[in-house]
Amino acid sequence: MLAHFRPAVVLLALFTLLTGLAYPLAMTGIASVLFPWQAGGSLILRDGKVVGSALIGQNFASARYFHPRPSATGAPDPKDPSKTVDAPYNADNSSGSNLGPTSKALIDRVKTGVAARRAEGWTGPLPADALTTSASGLDPDISPENALLQASDVARARGLVAGTVRNLVLAQIQKPWMGFFGEPRVNVLKLNLALDGLK
Amino acid sequence: MTLAGWLQIGLILGLVALTTRPLGLYMARVFSGERNFLSPVLGPVERAFYRLAGVAPEREQNWLSYTIAMLVFSAAGFASLYAILRLQAFLPFNPQHFDNVPPDLAFNTAISFLTNTNWQAYSGETTMSNFSQMAGLAVHNFLSAATGVALAIAVTRAFARHSATTLGNFWVDMTRATLYVFLPVSILIALAFIATGVPQTLAGSVDATTLEGAKQTIALGPMASQEAIKQFGTNGGGFFNANAAHPFENPNAWANLLQIWALLAVAFGLLVTFGKMVGSEKQGWALFKIAGLVLVGAVVIVYAAESIGNPLLTQLGLDPAGGNLEGKETRFGLALSSLYAVATTGTSCGGVNAMMDSFTPIGGLVPMFLMQLGVITPGGVGSGLYGLVVFAVITVFIAGLMVGRTPEFLGKKIESREVKLAMLAVLILPLSILGFSAVAAVLPSSLSSLANNGPHGLSEILYAYTSATGNNGSAFAGLNANTPWYNVTLGIAMILGRFGYVAPLMAMAGSIAAKKKHPGSLGAFPTDGGLFVGLMIGVILIVGGLQFFPALALGPIVEHFLMFAGKTF
Repeated sequence: MLAHFRPAVVLLALFTLLTGLAYPLAMTGIASVLFPWQAGGSLILRDGKVVGSALIGQNFASARYFHPRPSATGAPDPKDPSKTVDAPYNADNSSGSNLGPTSKALIDRVKTGVAARRAEGWTGPLPADALTTSASGLDPDISPENALLQASDVARARGLVAGTVRNLVLAQIQKPWMGFFGEPRVNVLKLNLALDGLK
Repeated sequence: MTLAGWLQIGLILGLVALTTRPLGLYMARVFSGERNFLSPVLGPVERAFYRLAGVAPEREQNWLSYTIAMLVFSAAGFASLYAILRLQAFLPFNPQHFDNVPPDLAFNTAISFLTNTNWQAYSGETTMSNFSQMAGLAVHNFLSAATGVALAIAVTRAFARHSATTLGNFWVDMTRATLYVFLPVSILIALAFIATGVPQTLAGSVDATTLEGAKQTIALGPMASQEAIKQFGTNGGGFFNANAAHPFENPNAWANLLQIWALLAVAFGLLVTFGKMVGSEKQGWALFKIAGLVLVGAVVIVYAAESIGNPLLTQLGLDPAGGNLEGKETRFGLALSSLYAVATTGTSCGGVNAMMDSFTPIGGLVPMFLMQLGVITPGGVGSGLYGLVVFAVITVFIAGLMVGRTPEFLGKKIESREVKLAMLAVLILPLSILGFSAVAAVLPSSLSSLANNGPHGLSEILYAYTSATGNNGSAFAGLNANTPWYNVTLGIAMILGRFGYVAPLMAMAGSIAAKKKHPGSLGAFPTDGGLFVGLMIGVILIVGGLQFFPALALGPIVEHFLMFAGKTF
């Protein structure tokens, strides 16, 4: 057994240097040359300031913007750090709701959401993504149906013609490759940036 | 279910099937010690490693010495990883100034990564420094995968050799697996990941000012390099809490395709390696069919269950066409989420791109059942192959009982000693899974960790011990597992699932290696045809079903009926 100690310790040390330091640091170096934007987190700048990442959803509450999916992320309670409070789209603490299909908390949350949408005048079957939380709590996308249903509300809040906003949504839909690979989706941050760009 | 969904599933599985043979034959060359196209570059590195470590590569080990070498290496890995986590605050690359990891969590995490489980009781972005992620966790992503492959190659040699006393050299097999298989392919995968948008930076986070003027702190890190080996080594330990559902770890359908390919490629490829090394490539393809058919069957069930969705939500007005989207990402939808869930639990990967806890009862049952079968469809890198070999031994034994002949597998007589050792290995699973779950289901301190009530709560407990024992690492993540009870018991379950399985397995391999290899006798039951494929699938499902059906009936099965009856908890 003692004969195994030297190979165990030496190989562990060598592989730690090779796979634990050389490999990630080399990839970091290569990435900063080949794909600097992606490697840095696909950050979006406006007027020289970081307004978010193209891949990470952010919270929109104002009626002047399109809204993302509900988010289950939280943050430590500032009053009592041992507890957590709701903090949608906290990109420093990804999390899903982890509520099971027969959870009363899930059903109640969706019920409240449905009532709110009906009050806003949404009719017919509601897009499921508009009322369910994502796995990461940071989903940057919504379904095209969800975005189109929001278009008239956003147009009204901004005093724009409904058709203009609708066309903006249609232009922002990312379609599946070859018509089947990937899901049709709309990136909410990019859509809202385009909306701010309308003048 | 949509045609586009099936096409996406077909495209990814087709890609895996296409690469299985080239990868398998390449690995057969690597582990037979033959030169390959990487030898000019890596040969000198390999020889330097042996020289420094005092390893004589031509000196082979018997089964016991091979196993002890593996155990000593794992123990050294545990000690170093535990130390890194406990001393994190004093080590470099800690831009967020995270504190040392507490003892019970460090114990659980160290066991988790060195057993290739990658169960995560912590949330990466709020616990682990970049140093811990790179030099601690990611190193064991490589080494635990290489250890699994080495063990599988030793078992393969037991069937390939004639009256042999040795099974190879653990240090050589482990080093070759890392240098020639895992590292070079991980470099390519990491580059592809970065191109799709996975970050690779030493920065800890960046602050953004959102369009509405709020501050958003976006966690970053050296993610792509870790994500590559996390998938390719079927480890599954995410950089972030949300794992591959996090848009940085898995930004789009292309990254997702690469993720699923990477986690299946080696496990399937090794089946061809096995066939090639034992002198019957057809035998490897028979195992491929067994693992592949169960995997495809599982995808069909999960995709159907998630598409039918949750009637409790559609009754409230949600569009039934959307299916069950709670805990799923828009960019993956139902098809890619279902495929991922099955692929990650059919292997020992355990990464997730959707939250298993929020799947429909049947959609959550299938991943759990795949792990309870022993994580062999096609299983983890290495562990899948040796798990399938154990089931092949049991299958020929049962077939032998039916026709009244001494069972044979690949020209080796399977006798009482081998069957007993195979059963000993298989029975570790119910012992650990059902034993620990039964205790946790009555202890108040473990029940207070549940996030869901009713039968779903039991499913959370059962899933946790299944995942730990199967060395998978995925979770019904509502369960708060970062408590001393779960950290310790799940840690023990992971040890049992890895080393408690490997010890009888290697004893069996030693005993088989010593036997004479008969050239295929006329009366022997052919083990590479359709009949064997069907019989072995039956044995796998029946053994798994008999052991776990009662527990599953109390969890997901009863929840399924209650959901359709409109009951909530």
